Amino acid sequence: MIDLRLIPDGGLSWLDASGPLSNIVLSTRVRLARNLDGVPFTVRAGDAERRRVLELVDRVWERSPVARGGMRFLVDDLEPADRLLLHERHLISKELVGAERGRSHAAVYLAGPLGLMVNEEDHLRLQVFRSGFALSEAYADLERLDRELGAALPVAFHQEFGYLTACPTNAGTGLRASVLIHLPGLVLTKEIAKVLQGLTQVGLTFRGLYGEGSEVVGNFFQLSNQTTLGKAEEELLDHLGKIVRRVVTYEEQARQVLLRDAPTIIEDKVWRAYALLRYARSLSFEETMNLLSGVRLGVGLNLIPRLGVYTLNKLLIYTQPAHLAALDMRVPQDQEQRAARAAYVRAVLEDEAARPA
Amino acid sequence: MRCDNCGEREAAIHLTQIVNNSVTTMHLCEQCAAEKGVETGAGVAKFPLGDFLASLGKSGGGKQEELAAGVACPACGGTMNDFRQTGRLGCARCYTTFEPHLRDLLRRLHGSTQHVGERYAAPPAAGPAEAAPTAPDTRVSALKEQLRRAVEAENFELAAELRDRLKVLE
Repeated sequence: MIDLRLIPDGGLSWLDASGPLSNIVLSTRVRLARNLDGVPFTVRAGDAERRRVLELVDRVWERSPVARGGMRFLVDDLEPADRLLLHERHLISKELVGAERGRSHAAVYLAGPLGLMVNEEDHLRLQVFRSGFALSEAYADLERLDRELGAALPVAFHQEFGYLTACPTNAGTGLRASVLIHLPGLVLTKEIAKVLQGLTQVGLTFRGLYGEGSEVVGNFFQLSNQTTLGKAEEELLDHLGKIVRRVVTYEEQARQVLLRDAPTIIEDKVWRAYALLRYARSLSFEETMNLLSGVRLGVGLNLIPRLGVYTLNKLLIYTQPAHLAALDMRVPQDQEQRAARAAYVRAVLEDEAARPA
Repeated sequence: MRCDNCGEREAAIHLTQIVNNSVTTMHLCEQCAAEKGVETGAGVAKFPLGDFLASLGKSGGGKQEELAAGVACPACGGTMNDFRQTGRLGCARCYTTFEPHLRDLLRRLHGSTQHVGERYAAPPAAGPAEAAPTAPDTRVSALKEQLRRAVEAENFELAAELRDRLKVLE
């Protein structure tokens, strides 16, 4: 049995809301896709080849100064519930949650804000999380890890196409940078469709909370670069950063419009959301996300005093199904899960309200 | 802001294009944009890979594609048929084996096929455990190239940052 509680900060240091604009931009994530030369990509690789990849990476990781104090988990050794837990923290992909037991040789390495998935769709998926809006800081961390791995491992690289990946949508830099952004103002003023449409015109894309193929809940969007080839890393980051900054400005303007034109409605909406979270006895995940969105807006507009963004971030993660199950050490049925969620939210909010100002 | 085309409706689409290194911006209303064929739907750019994979399956693709569908990569045995079914290539060699197809696909996906940015430098074969970082020379020239592009695109914020990084290296 592997105890995920041993992970420093739970691999969730970004929750502390210490980063720039962290009230609107929850987190910044950057990932790089890399493959080892001379080994078939993961899906086509045999058991022995996957094991070889894992052994090679192990050796580099053990010596790596970047990885100092880090941990490694073999996905094969993780219980399904623990895999889900790591997935809810965005530390392993959906693909690895469903990885066939005992045959995958998939692993996840964690060291502070850095993570490294092995034998995912690509042999190596390096990623980093930062609190708030911090693209260049995040990439700087990641670049160091990439250098270390690249200096010790043969990496598949093509003079014209750049870094080669299992899916051509990732070739070139292999870089996908994304920010998790909260846009209730744009949703309430119905401007969001235009903003999202605009994104696709400038080479960006958006997704829901859990990345590719996931629904947008609670007005949380992941904005990221769509293309990975033909532009340098700095250009990709710079472009995304500029657009995100603009979206943040639009969001702030929309919030001011709401406050100016419909102050009572907004204030009521925000406090109703808070009241439900504080006192409800049964909460679905989706309802919780929507209410957290309302409360988060209230905190951003200084309507709700004495409630920290850190608490809201924590609620976002810990009210997910696998996290609730972990609190209880059993997998609750749907009804029980809703009750457990409501109880957890109540306890956290009561605690926060009782704290002296 | 009024639409540049009809001058009547409010401009909602701001189309910035870079042609021959000069930046032009057009402001269009949604209607004029649609008439001009400016793609605004979120669906357009979302699944280009799926479209490409689907088009591979059509017989209209010409003999070359039909042939390639049966050719296997010498390194991993993967074929274009496999790629069509899974959306994933078998290995790095596939990029060379199916180069014409992939160049076409990469251009459609990314608007370019030439990688710029970080380049991988193979570690010295029998070198010590502490391999050297990328040679400063290639780092410098890569940065200079990025700087040139940043200045061209009038992205002075980035240019300043790149210049600072160059100073450190030189």
